[in-house]
Amino acid sequence: MIMILSILCHWLIVLLLAPFFIGVIAKVKAFFSGKVGPSVFQPFFDLIKLFNKGAVYSKTTTWIFRAAPMVLLASVLILSLEIPLGVFKAPVQFSGDIFFLAYLLALARFFMIAAALDTGFSMEGMGASREAFFSCLSELALFMNFITLALLAHSLSLSHMIGADIPMSWSHVGPALLLIVASFFIVLLTENYRIPIDDPDTHLELTMIHEVMVLDHSGVDLAYVSYASAIKFLIFSGILVPIIIPFRTGDLVMDMLIFLGGMLGLAVCVGIVESSMARLRLNRVRNFLLIAFALAFFGFIVTMWRG
Amino acid sequence: MELFNNANIALTDIPLVTAKEFRAEIIRRSRGEARLVNLFGALEPDGGVRLFAILGFDEEAVLQILSTKIPENYPQFESLARELFQAQAFEREIAEQWAITPQGHPWLKPLRRHPNYRGVTDIWQNASPGSSPAQYPFYSVDGEEVHEVGVGPVHAGIIEPGHFRFQCHGEEILHLEIQLGYQHRGMERLMCGQDLKRTALLSESIAGDTSIGHSIAFCEVAESLSGCVISARAQAIRAVGLELERLANHVGDLGALGLDAGFLPTSAYFGRMRGDYLNLLLTITGNRFGKGLCRPGGVLFDIDVAMAEDLLRKLKQYKKEFDQVSDLLFSRPSVLARFEGTGTISMKTAKKIGLVGPASRASQLERDVRINYPSGIWQFHHIPISLAATGDVYARAIVRRQEVTRSIEFLLKILPSLPKGELLTTLPAMKPETLAIAMVEGWRGEIMHIGITDHQGSFTRYKIKDPSFHNWFGLSLAVRNQDISDFPLCNKSFNLSYCGHDL
Repeated sequence: MIMILSILCHWLIVLLLAPFFIGVIAKVKAFFSGKVGPSVFQPFFDLIKLFNKGAVYSKTTTWIFRAAPMVLLASVLILSLEIPLGVFKAPVQFSGDIFFLAYLLALARFFMIAAALDTGFSMEGMGASREAFFSCLSELALFMNFITLALLAHSLSLSHMIGADIPMSWSHVGPALLLIVASFFIVLLTENYRIPIDDPDTHLELTMIHEVMVLDHSGVDLAYVSYASAIKFLIFSGILVPIIIPFRTGDLVMDMLIFLGGMLGLAVCVGIVESSMARLRLNRVRNFLLIAFALAFFGFIVTMWRG
Repeated sequence: MELFNNANIALTDIPLVTAKEFRAEIIRRSRGEARLVNLFGALEPDGGVRLFAILGFDEEAVLQILSTKIPENYPQFESLARELFQAQAFEREIAEQWAITPQGHPWLKPLRRHPNYRGVTDIWQNASPGSSPAQYPFYSVDGEEVHEVGVGPVHAGIIEPGHFRFQCHGEEILHLEIQLGYQHRGMERLMCGQDLKRTALLSESIAGDTSIGHSIAFCEVAESLSGCVISARAQAIRAVGLELERLANHVGDLGALGLDAGFLPTSAYFGRMRGDYLNLLLTITGNRFGKGLCRPGGVLFDIDVAMAEDLLRKLKQYKKEFDQVSDLLFSRPSVLARFEGTGTISMKTAKKIGLVGPASRASQLERDVRINYPSGIWQFHHIPISLAATGDVYARAIVRRQEVTRSIEFLLKILPSLPKGELLTTLPAMKPETLAIAMVEGWRGEIMHIGITDHQGSFTRYKIKDPSFHNWFGLSLAVRNQDISDFPLCNKSFNLSYCGHDL
């Protein structure tokens, strides 16, 4: 019973927080463009609007197309249970849950790619092919980072690998952590389709990666996809922030504020990155992702060398 | 027969040669200094079609005109397009408008999709009025890993309709075919046989973003045909309008280029600045796109001393802002990495396909009507030509930046000392059976209007050429062997008009 309650509580927090950070990124971008920008709560309004709409389905699509958004949202919701949110411990944790995390991500991705191909639309096919290729490379970096973290923490559970439960701090393993943070930040940008890898605000079908794959989804389905994207961002920043700030004050309120502050700071950082550089040319993205892998790999070497 | 810009010539004085000589002369001249500026047909009273070719000698500032006759019972001629690439779109237009077959044309498809003007059977068997322009076969590439991508005519953004058919190998574009025609309104025919008051309004709607450019060209045709000389003040005010239009569009384009590269800040700043320039037009004409400024005989709005001072003050401030924001755009390595080497058109290709405007200047071709064929105020004020060498997106962007700077400098020079004169003079009747030519350097490039009058002195044929007519083909070639994801960036660097092409 307590387990179920804690899961529900966790989901509530995730569902309430996730769209907020997307709103923060949009606000930062607006600020750098000299605009006022929409309210940080705009993503909530958008979601409410979408949930109240009916969906349109193309005659060429099958059940896969309808199932994909649900699979996606369900996957990220389950995933979110593995992420500690400040003082709230992760309701689900077991040895090897990082593999569960990676494979759930892959499952969601598989369904989204299949749904994109299901439409039979040439541009969605291109988006799917880009998605498959880039996620291949970003998974490489993601796993390399997990390996290093596992080595540092002597555990295969995400909750033990990040945060203050382990004797891991900047003074002890600073160089390795720095490399992991840098590499993981790139992975975060890639997995959430932000500039410089993808441009979430573009209207140009030919350049999109994620956006073009969901062009045919509408109404509630689109709401699922958008919500899932927001939660995915929360998951990735929920992993990155405790790595950057791996300490606890012991005071519950203080700790929660530090965590939320860190999350907010990360969203602002992403907004600043998006405002200060152009998108990479698509054929350079792979080099960028290989940099993420290289950083992660050096992090691994540094860790091994220290023993 | 040699002519200058804004000249008129009686129809009987235009050399009429045989179709063979016509073809040979065009090819001979084009291998030398000349380029094909226009090629179009006009219906003769006996049912035949007279083809006119206009060749431009940019260095000497003269145009050569010649014509040939296609009889009604033998509606075909030997195509120039295989030897002279620039002719391909003109010939497709002739084939569509007059149901005349250019024999041996390499890719004979309708440009716009409308029934021909002669009211006979179209040369395309499957043509029926109301059919879609995209129903004709597209060039296709075979191969296991080759795939086809069709974009449009309905786009994700708010832009005009056009269909783009890509043949791709993975992410690489092998070939792009652009099919336009969705915006066809029959502009050329609407211009004929109407009162000039009405045609003046129509001319402003040929391409909405080039209202002033096209209306100046129209006014010059009408003035040339009626032998009316407008005052220096009216000419200067027209030039002010033309340059403000150029400023607004170039600045907007630079912002859009940033946006397509994913660089947001400058796109917002440039977007606002575009509004500033449009508001200057609003101050002068009461319309943000300068509609109602130019009328045959002069201009309808004056710039008085107080307004000139106000414009000067604002322009000085805008110049500073523009420099700052362009520095921001052109100093970002991530932006330059997207611009440089993308969508390259070599000088040779540009020449071959007859590019005009900023796109040609980005490939180092010295083509600018204000300099090559000066008329009006440009005979007294010289704007330096803005060139770039690389022919890529970067070159097209930097040419725009330079032109913005030079246009502002021109305005700063001319506004304090606008010449005196009457704003609007009444127009005498137009000469009968005469052809007049007007060329204007709009912000996209060379606009050309040609008017032919009947025996009563009203238009019987009106030929409009927007620079986009030449340049769309340039875009097709620019994206060859490029990443398909770079297409939007290339497209924006040309920023061509759909309705200007479709008329």
